[in-house]
Amino acid sequence: MPLLDVRDLAVVFHRKGAVPVRAVDGVSFTVEPGQTVGLVGESGCGKSVTSLAIMGLLPRRGNTVTGEVRFEEADLLTLRPQDLRDRRGRDIGMIFQDPLSSLNPVIPLGLQVAEVLERHRGRTRQAALREAGGLLDAVGIPDPTRRLKEFPHQLSGGMRQRALIAIALACRPRLLIADEPTTALDVTIQAQILTLLKDLVDRSGTALVMITHDLGVVAGLCDTVNVLYAGKVVERAARHDLFAEPRHPYTHGLLQSVPRLDADRGGRLHQIRGSVSDNIPWSEGCAFAPRCDRVIDACIGETVPLEPVRRGGALRCTNPVPQEVAA
Amino acid sequence: MSEALVEIEDLKVHFPIKSGLLFDRTVGHVYAVDGVSLRIRRGETYGLVGESGCGKSTLGRGLLRLVEPTSGRITFDGTDVRSLKGEQMRRFRRRIQMVFQDPLASLDPRQSVESLLVEGLKAHGLHRDKAAVRDRLRSTLDSVGLPASVLNKYPHEFSGGQRQRIGIARALVLGPELIVADEPVSALDVSIQAQVVNLLGDLQDSLGLTYLVIAHDLAVVRHISDTIGVMYLGSLVEEADGDQLYERPLHPYTRALLSAVPIPDPYVEDRRERILLAGDLPSPAAPPSGCRFRTRCPWSQDRCARERPELRVFDDSGQRVACHFAEEIRSGALRMHEVRAELVRPDADSPPDVGAGLIQTRPDLPAP
Ligand SMILES: Nc1ncnc2c1ncn2[C@@H]1O[C@H](COP(=O)(O)OP(=O)(O)OP(=O)(O)O)[C@@H](O)[C@H]1O
Ligand SMILES: Nc1ncnc2c1ncn2[C@@H]1O[C@H](COP(=O)(O)OP(=O)(O)O)[C@@H](O)[C@H]1O
Ligand code: SF4
Ligand code: SF4
Ligand SMILES: [Mg+2]
Ligand SMILES: [Mg+2]
Repeated sequence: MPLLDVRDLAVVFHRKGAVPVRAVDGVSFTVEPGQTVGLVGESGCGKSVTSLAIMGLLPRRGNTVTGEVRFEEADLLTLRPQDLRDRRGRDIGMIFQDPLSSLNPVIPLGLQVAEVLERHRGRTRQAALREAGGLLDAVGIPDPTRRLKEFPHQLSGGMRQRALIAIALACRPRLLIADEPTTALDVTIQAQILTLLKDLVDRSGTALVMITHDLGVVAGLCDTVNVLYAGKVVERAARHDLFAEPRHPYTHGLLQSVPRLDADRGGRLHQIRGSVSDNIPWSEGCAFAPRCDRVIDACIGETVPLEPVRRGGALRCTNPVPQEVAA
Repeated sequence: MSEALVEIEDLKVHFPIKSGLLFDRTVGHVYAVDGVSLRIRRGETYGLVGESGCGKSTLGRGLLRLVEPTSGRITFDGTDVRSLKGEQMRRFRRRIQMVFQDPLASLDPRQSVESLLVEGLKAHGLHRDKAAVRDRLRSTLDSVGLPASVLNKYPHEFSGGQRQRIGIARALVLGPELIVADEPVSALDVSIQAQVVNLLGDLQDSLGLTYLVIAHDLAVVRHISDTIGVMYLGSLVEEADGDQLYERPLHPYTRALLSAVPIPDPYVEDRRERILLAGDLPSPAAPPSGCRFRTRCPWSQDRCARERPELRVFDDSGQRVACHFAEEIRSGALRMHEVRAELVRPDADSPPDVGAGLIQTRPDLPAP
């Protein structure tokens, strides 16, 4: 049984006098215990809203969330707020792109870690503080006992992200959701944080949902990858399948358009024409159609379903890239 | 080798750190650029990479004298740029234009595209002949792939990629010879990034432009650059032809940087060796003695704390490197050792906290 089972999740934002925005439009995916699952896609495709909806962290007003988010037995979308808060601290941890906004600026780091241990694992203050030092040490913060008394602004971006990881992992959650945790960091610091996450996940058996726009990050980290476009999963595949044989024209185009460090100095890059804003949000058909080279009549006008393909993968496309060409 | 359009010699840009009630006391300096020498050949693309805060943007701005360099020489097409004054400098500015990272922030939201483009022409007194201006705007927009109808629109009406095209058009309208592009694609989505990278390439081919491209994304820089310079804490630590740099990185920092860039290919990722650097970039206000990279260098020796390595030509290939032990590291005679991470404070004026704990690259969860 999957640890997390997201079924047909949809989030609509309403604003007075404006057309409702379907930010997430029927997203389904599962996460097995210990598995690392990627959600990739370009800016605005609904990655963050998906993760906030799963965690119940969307603003209470102004939006409608439908579908199911099963975590073990419970549907997180229908849990009482108190129960959801418990789950959030204890079973599901979350880290964000900007650690400063998720750390309390006026409480020393040690106390922030300790509070989590007290609340969710019933530690005494004393024991919690001792354990907090160990956690900061485990995420590679130098001289952790001295850092316990310090405030978030006294640390660099990379060190803050480590502190946030320590807090998220304090309760040994079974699921960790990371929304662009390295996007704001330099590439050498990103490598440190990704290595740290990979090790922690390997050792503790925590499942990880990795949200990123960076296909390179996904390639090194995720077991399964979900590619999102305009609020929908358009392709899902095991890591090696996705990169070796992308079938959705969007995935295919995206992979061809990234310059690779290990490629020779290139001529022109493949480009996908237009931009995400060319979508026709209210149309029934494929949202990628205005930018797609393989568009046919069947793509426009009717809903294109997400259908299962090879080895647990899935594809939402009426005219996918043929397998031999995709390679 | 073709002629150099730009020659920078021992350029320094130091920012004073002010303190006291009236900020009237100088208590130190940020050594943002601290002795950089490089040449950019006419018609080439020179890519400058390095971690944020290492001085890339300051170098670009110093070159245009948008910040006044502390010392050093800048020669542009034979002209000594730092000796230009008033009117001369203003006329000279036309020849070098800048393109910035955030297309939204660098465009004034209340100005129509037309007035954004005409602004530059006005500054140089090129706006008087209305018909000529219109032709010029049209052809510039055409060259960046935008229709003339965008002239009456405002920046917020465009997508990120289109805004960057407008930013490029604004730089091009004055007919510059050199474009300094500071992170021109890092705010853009991958599919849009490809469009802008291609556009920059096409413009170079058709207009014979020279580029200084500043970016932290090594894959993008490798794709577009003829020559790549790697900066660390205010200095150039290595410079080579792009393919050469990838095939044979000599400086330990370059090696770490290259090994940290994710490659969108699981087969490659699974087999890669990573050189993980300990800790953060030290504060440019309190750079380490000797080699500035020594606090994070897995090959550092005693000598590295005493002597600052000069950027020297390594061999016939012309590759330049600033490391005392480049030969020994390359041959394997010098082995890597573990590095103690030093805590670096985010505020630029506090010195690093030396001698802190060890960064573990394979951390253990504490016992429950
Ligand atoms: N509170 C809100 N009210 C209205 N629309 C919203 C709100 N939050 C997000 N959206 C819209 O929902 C869509 C998806 O946003 P989301 O933040 O999930 O994108 P993302 O994939 O995380 O992008 P990025 O890569 O830029 O972080 C966007 O069109 C966004 O403008
Ligand atoms: N106007 C300024 N005053 C003081 N310090 C500055 C100024 N501009 C840049 N710096 C400092 O100089 C260093 C190099 O900055 P920058 O050139 O912007 O780096 P990069 O572009 O490589 O990220 C940084 O420490 C930065 O904080
Ligand atoms: S459904 Fe049609 S338009 Fe959409 S991606 Fe597939 S081929 Fe292209
Ligand atoms: S000079 Fe010394 S510290 Fe600097 S890069 Fe070379 S080996 Fe490392
Ligand atoms: Mg987001
Ligand atoms: Mg910069």
